[in-house]
Amino acid sequence: MIGAGIVLKSETVPIQTSGDVVLVRQRVRACAVEHRFTIVEQTKIVTAASELARNTLEHGLGGSVDLEVLKDGGRLGIRLRFQDRGPGIANIALALTDGYSSGKGLGLGLGGSKRLVHEFEIESSPSAGATVTVVRWK
Amino acid sequence: MTSLLASLQENRDAILKDWTQQLRTTLQRRDLLNVGELESQAAEMLAAILQVGPATKLEEFGAPAWRPVKDLVASLSASRAALGFTPSETALFVLSLKPAIFTQIRGKWGNDGDRLFSEISAADGFLDKLALHTTDSYIHGRDQLIARQQEDMLELSTPVVTLWDGIVALPLIGTLDSARTQVVMESLLQAIVQTSSRYAIIDITGVPTVDTLVAQHLLKTITAARLMGAECILSGIRPQIAQTIVHLGINLQDIVTKAKLADAFRMALEASGRKVVRAERSAPADSAQRAL
Repeated sequence: MIGAGIVLKSETVPIQTSGDVVLVRQRVRACAVEHRFTIVEQTKIVTAASELARNTLEHGLGGSVDLEVLKDGGRLGIRLRFQDRGPGIANIALALTDGYSSGKGLGLGLGGSKRLVHEFEIESSPSAGATVTVVRWK
Repeated sequence: MTSLLASLQENRDAILKDWTQQLRTTLQRRDLLNVGELESQAAEMLAAILQVGPATKLEEFGAPAWRPVKDLVASLSASRAALGFTPSETALFVLSLKPAIFTQIRGKWGNDGDRLFSEISAADGFLDKLALHTTDSYIHGRDQLIARQQEDMLELSTPVVTLWDGIVALPLIGTLDSARTQVVMESLLQAIVQTSSRYAIIDITGVPTVDTLVAQHLLKTITAARLMGAECILSGIRPQIAQTIVHLGINLQDIVTKAKLADAFRMALEASGRKVVRAERSAPADSAQRAL
């Protein structure tokens, strides 16, 4: 898994309804504020979390996110691991292309999230759904 | 062989006396409910339980015959919640009936160990379920309250304000998720028609996160307003939101955007042929001084 260092704190938030997406944003924001991320860094990680949580809900038919605080030497980071039980992502390169959407969205969510974080990883298989992991360092 | 319910029916006065005695000692919230009310509630509840008829079994809590008892418990739970009781205090009201009933069972079948056990476990299970039902009703009442408040919020948080003749503004606050955005969009378009406005300012100062879904909703609203002949100005874009929008790759180039609502208002005034000028001061104090 991406994101080196030791895990300081970990929590799991389920994503089953659109209300849960709001909850994910609030939890990630609270975590970023607690660990003194700047306002721009907070906004970036929260926006990425919002996109990926909505993908989990809409394309992955629901799932959960593991929210972890990492400490690697002197730097702190937040790792988010979104897991769903959906059909998986058939073509990852295509899914990351700006403007491509299998739904009705703008098609910027996945690619945009990747640009908002420092590390980004997608694992997918048709049987096990998709797992998207992102890390943003302070 | 008499059933438990029939035997309780015979001794209802004794049970009620025991129960109210028990309630008097356990009730600690005398400030919220007086003893008289409590006793009349206890009598009503006991009457409802004994009214179901001998054919009904305590073990069949789902049976339709128990419906009146459940309804009574639900309304009791709701009224107690309104008075400020906690759900566990309401559940305790039902659970405190146990000793009175167990005493009756012991008096009746004290010599028959097997029967004693089966009757006590039946009565115990029944009262537990009834007590849990008070908690369920309490939560159900809370859920309804939350749902109603959510609906209130949908309506409350989308006021379209007229800033000037022909200029309306929509200050957005909070989370923009599907249901709310739909209401926002409709109320803005409605206001544009009603006020025959040429300019509409959408202010997102109070929106904490602008992701692709929010952006998509904003773009749709702006396009729809344009079709109706109104020009939209997006204001309140804070530095962190601007940077995030750039990273996400959202294209807002066709849209007029401003950092502050004041800038957007000034622009709308100027575009509609108005000019804001500072009035010459002619303070009375000044002229009085000059006259001296």
